[in-house]
Amino acid sequence: MDGFWSSYVWPLVVMVAQSLLLMVVLLVCVAYILYADRKIWAAVQLRRGPNVVGPWGLFQSFADLLKFVLKEPVIPSGSSKGIFLLAPLVTVVLSLLAWAVIPVNAGWVIADINVGILFIFAISSLSVYGIIMGGWASNSKYPFLSALRSAAQMVSYEVSIGFVIITVLLCAGSLNLSRIVEAQQVGLATAIGLPWLTFLNWYWLPLFPMFVIFFISALAETNRPPFDLVEAESELVAGFMVEYGSTPYMMFMLGEYVAITLMCAMMAILFMGGWLPPLDFPPFNWVPGIVWFALKVMLGFFMFAMVKAMVPRYRYDQLMRLGWKVFLPISLAMVVIVAGVLQLTGWAG
Amino acid sequence: MIQALFFYIFSGVTIASAVMVISSRNPVHSVLFLILAFFNAAGLFLLLGAEFLAMVLVVVYVGAVAVLFLFVVMMLDVDFAELRQGFLQYLPIGVLIGIVFLIELLFVVGAWVLSPEAIATGSMPIPDPAEVSNIEAIGQVLYTRYVYFFQAAGMVLLVAMIGAIVLTLRHKPAVKRQDISAQVGRTRETAIEIRKVETGKGL
Repeated sequence: MDGFWSSYVWPLVVMVAQSLLLMVVLLVCVAYILYADRKIWAAVQLRRGPNVVGPWGLFQSFADLLKFVLKEPVIPSGSSKGIFLLAPLVTVVLSLLAWAVIPVNAGWVIADINVGILFIFAISSLSVYGIIMGGWASNSKYPFLSALRSAAQMVSYEVSIGFVIITVLLCAGSLNLSRIVEAQQVGLATAIGLPWLTFLNWYWLPLFPMFVIFFISALAETNRPPFDLVEAESELVAGFMVEYGSTPYMMFMLGEYVAITLMCAMMAILFMGGWLPPLDFPPFNWVPGIVWFALKVMLGFFMFAMVKAMVPRYRYDQLMRLGWKVFLPISLAMVVIVAGVLQLTGWAG
Repeated sequence: MIQALFFYIFSGVTIASAVMVISSRNPVHSVLFLILAFFNAAGLFLLLGAEFLAMVLVVVYVGAVAVLFLFVVMMLDVDFAELRQGFLQYLPIGVLIGIVFLIELLFVVGAWVLSPEAIATGSMPIPDPAEVSNIEAIGQVLYTRYVYFFQAAGMVLLVAMIGAIVLTLRHKPAVKRQDISAQVGRTRETAIEIRKVETGKGL
């Protein structure tokens, strides 16, 4: 019985505690990311943004949370009830699930699995189901149109995200996210003999076109503006969320923002060296790795928010053209080029 | 013990959802149960230690193929009473195909149980998972020993893709299409024409 406790129950307790800690920290961060999104958007448009609840409106997200939770959920009578309620749950669970394999510091990861990046790719390819199920189960025209759009959009941009991930894998020689970050400890800076300029080691520089493609595809994959055709208010009212209110609606929003932070974390890990400091000398390498990781995620989110504030929405055919006729050939060519260069120069890990 | 427990959970849910795929009234529910079946099959792969296959199953089947199924099924307007009318008529064929599959499955499993050595001589030795990761092991046989099969599978997919494009791509002369390169390549000289219009005459 001792073996049972020490080999099954205790690891389970530790894992549950770690997951709870990660979830609480993540959800608090998401609350402030929502606030930051609105503040940045407001600042670009010379507005004040939320500034009433708490000092500088800092508690706005929590006020919204209370409001959504206390409202009455309305389920349309013609809807398919089970799927209607399952859809927001699927969205939230899937976007939180992927965080299990994200390393936020050296060794700080709940599940350090060998196929970590493939796991994230699998989970993010499933996030389309929340939208399709919600759109179909609402039994209403606008949500249905939105579900069809999202199916085509998210499948298209997954293809180029897949190829971007493959180029990074070729350079790092591993599918484990911690190994990918560690592989960025050496690179261009060590090659030119300036090892303290560690930010030159990261993959954003040698794979710069893929970094741009990944950023734009991440916008499309998370349905952020300028690719928010799924909830385009000028055409589809609010897309798949038309029939949703109160807690189910809040879960859709929460899932969407957790997925956005996940994509920012992916950008930090794949291209910006994860928890590694940008400069390797005292004031910088004293800072704990998790702070650098958080700062990089925030930088990614700031770019997401600025794009939302500045870029007009794409038309649907332009979106499809960008995905299939521009990104797919470029990323396919880059996979071949990167693989060829690595093989010929013998840099492959 | 835990592995056995999870094996029975995964396989039980797989079988139950597979039954629901063919018995549920609504085709969208059928596709959703199919997705559940895929998920549990991926769980079975994980129990075998084949984590790469499990993830690929989820990415390819659940993330792409089932989305397209759902896409098509959602847009169909199917009358189920009509669909069920031919049930008894097609039952013998269905039973026949089922029996053929069952016998084939029994052959495969039976051969494996009766003489494991015969199977071992025909297939590649499985490397130790502690030394070689899943992906490396698959890559080492897929691109060396089975490279022609791999290429042949690629050709089949290419032909299918070209076929789909040929069947659906139509250029109607009356429909205006957007030409991005022509739009981007416009200059002041090609876009604007300045004419002197005489008073009272027009162009």
